[in-house]
Amino acid sequence: MITNTELKNKIENLVNGLNFSGEDSNFLCVEVPKEKLRELMTKLRDDKELSFDYLFALTGIDFGNELGVVYHLESVKNRNLIQITVKTEDRENPKIDSIHDIFPAAFFNEIEAHEFFGIIFNNHPDLKNLFLPEDWDKGFPMRKDYTDINMLIR
Amino acid sequence: MEEFLTDRLKTQEYFLNMGPQHPATHGVLMLLLKLDGEIIQNVELDLGYIHRSIEKMCERDTYKQIIHLTDRLDYLSSHMNNEAVCLLVEDALNIEVADRIKVIRTMMSELSRISSHVLWWGVMGMDIGALTTFMYGFREREMINDIFEETCGARLTMNYNVIGGVRYDLHENFAKRVKDFITHFRKKLPEYDKLLSNNIIFQKRLEGIGYISKEDAVAYGLNGPTARGSGVSCDVRKIHPYSAYDRVEFEEILFPEGDSYARYRVRIREMWESLSILEQLVDKIPEGEHRVKTKAVIKLPEGDFLQRVESARGDFGVYVKSDGQKFPYRLKFRSPGFANLTALNKMAKGLKIADLVAILSTIDIVVPDIDR
Repeated sequence: MITNTELKNKIENLVNGLNFSGEDSNFLCVEVPKEKLRELMTKLRDDKELSFDYLFALTGIDFGNELGVVYHLESVKNRNLIQITVKTEDRENPKIDSIHDIFPAAFFNEIEAHEFFGIIFNNHPDLKNLFLPEDWDKGFPMRKDYTDINMLIR
Repeated sequence: MEEFLTDRLKTQEYFLNMGPQHPATHGVLMLLLKLDGEIIQNVELDLGYIHRSIEKMCERDTYKQIIHLTDRLDYLSSHMNNEAVCLLVEDALNIEVADRIKVIRTMMSELSRISSHVLWWGVMGMDIGALTTFMYGFREREMINDIFEETCGARLTMNYNVIGGVRYDLHENFAKRVKDFITHFRKKLPEYDKLLSNNIIFQKRLEGIGYISKEDAVAYGLNGPTARGSGVSCDVRKIHPYSAYDRVEFEEILFPEGDSYARYRVRIREMWESLSILEQLVDKIPEGEHRVKTKAVIKLPEGDFLQRVESARGDFGVYVKSDGQKFPYRLKFRSPGFANLTALNKMAKGLKIADLVAILSTIDIVVPDIDR
């Protein structure tokens, strides 16, 4: 296990322009500008010492003004866990680079984030509806501004 | 002659719908197969037949209410799923639970694991064509379900873990019943091997089928017994111990072969390990309260929380983004079955349909867990 502070220093040297938080919690949180997402992911995977090779989870999130994706990466060697957040402000046409060629595990998770949040993953070959019906046209159900008459209001 | 045949007997590519009502898909799972003759060219997934949007429901539920929804994900690992939410909230609020609670939770989880693996074993045999195993598997599963019924009041969706403990104290018969079960199952497990594992036809159906390498297993995010069949060490009970797993001795089962038979043997050996964990704990259940008092309204502090547990299918994770309210802002269930299923195409390419059935069986999917 590498401590969060060491991890932060190492990642800072790999890619600049990142925001760090949660150093004293269970896992380090990194916020990355969307232009640098692929660069960061490739370096995290390929770095011999860090070797974050296991994409644990990929979660789409509606932050209110922004849409975003949260990645949880783990290193099988070191057993370190790291959280990477990427955001986009464009709610009409939100575009984030796909990482399915870096982590094949992202392939179906990106489809899921696409259909429930409307996030478009650049260079993803098959952004279809996986869980929702093929002809679904009622918007993106997991967004906060989605309304459905069948939804209970508390 | 061979040239003559290949020249004249051309095969044709076509599509075949497997599911959503196919008995070998273990639920409402639909696979669109692209076939050349009987050889699989491509497997396309079509999910969502029982999608209930549990994650969205959780955004309108308090943390106490979320627990019962997790039963409905992977219904064969409901104790572990409950535990994940409880551990997450306890960890975030620094609620210290007593040793008794930890031991009870661990024992219930291991009983669930055995019951899930036993069911898998029965269905596995049935998928391959050995119908008898189903009856054998259910005989043992009934014993565990009876234990659950006595203590938790339910047989399948127990909803037994609550924040700060467990809902009811152990029934007075619990220890005796578990001991009886251990003695019984110790005798029966070798029978399982005699009946199925050592059967040459069965072995031939699984050996070398559905191979996935260690590197691919990590890259595709495989987890649980499926990944351990490829030699990836990924047991959450070992790498991030929770509840009482740090005080019991057990082995993480790894088989390096990466084929269906390796995955089969991982689960069989895991049942032995679970029995050993139960045996170590059953006589040492500490005395004390079964539940710590918690606040009526539970609010998580602002921030990101993640809790992982080893369910019967693998690395089950709950990720909560909280904004300090009594409802989670966003909650994600990381489903082990979904991750395992994504590698299906990789495993099944170039094999026959009958092999696909065997592979689906050895990755042990539960569809409600995948659809969520």
